[in-house]
Amino acid sequence: MSLFSIFNVAGSGMAAQSLRLNTVASNLANADSVASTPEGAYRAHEPLFAAAKNQQDSGSNAVGEGVQVLGVTESQAAIPSRYEPGNPLADADGYVYSSNVNPVDELVNMISASRSYQNNVEVMNSTRQLMQKTLDLGK
Amino acid sequence: MTLTPDNLFGIHTRALDLWQRRTEVLANNLANADTPGYLARDVDFRKMLAAASGGPDNNLPLQASTPGQVGTQAADGLAYRVPTQPSMDGNTVDEQAEQAAFAANGVHYQASLSFITAQIRMLRTAITGGQS
Repeated sequence: MSLFSIFNVAGSGMAAQSLRLNTVASNLANADSVASTPEGAYRAHEPLFAAAKNQQDSGSNAVGEGVQVLGVTESQAAIPSRYEPGNPLADADGYVYSSNVNPVDELVNMISASRSYQNNVEVMNSTRQLMQKTLDLGK
Repeated sequence: MTLTPDNLFGIHTRALDLWQRRTEVLANNLANADTPGYLARDVDFRKMLAAASGGPDNNLPLQASTPGQVGTQAADGLAYRVPTQPSMDGNTVDEQAEQAAFAANGVHYQASLSFITAQIRMLRTAITGGQS
């Protein structure tokens, strides 16, 4: 392990946060999508984060290796239905099924993700400066 | 003062090692700021440095001769941070605290580098007799 591994750690954090931003963008874009069946309705996507463990060193003192995205899950919140007989997508009873995206949740997620991303960029920048200073040792 | 490479730069090379390790740990905390159930960790610097420099009384550290043996340094290296604000998902990373610690850690790292640089400069002066 060296300062180089911090680039991987911060990089994994940035990748995870950008994936989170990506899901937020997708969710917000589909917030008003409707479908004619509850199954076809858009469900909010949620990334699942987990701490990445060091493969070689599994002792209690092992430093982790950043964060990994285990996958993207779909929200299990109830799908709301609306009575809109005039909608071309309405089913036989006149109902359409909209997505279960909560725009407030998504905006909070977006701000949190962008702050965390900035944090990781800051870590990377500081590390780069420290490495530069180390290279200049003795000058 | 005998100038074997080991004590040429004194405690600062070891301190540099530890600051670097701490940078890794803090970077990990920040990368996992949104991971559910992640417990923030930090280096217990006093204990690590004491172990690296052979204990507070300058005793040699005990060597673990077999891999399974419990060494005196291995157990106390990393500690879990005491959370100041509990969160619902079990994550104990406080981004502000970690950022402050990371910034301070960077300054400490640079301080150790400065000490080493000064040492090198001093040696160069001794070698060249002040004319260069």
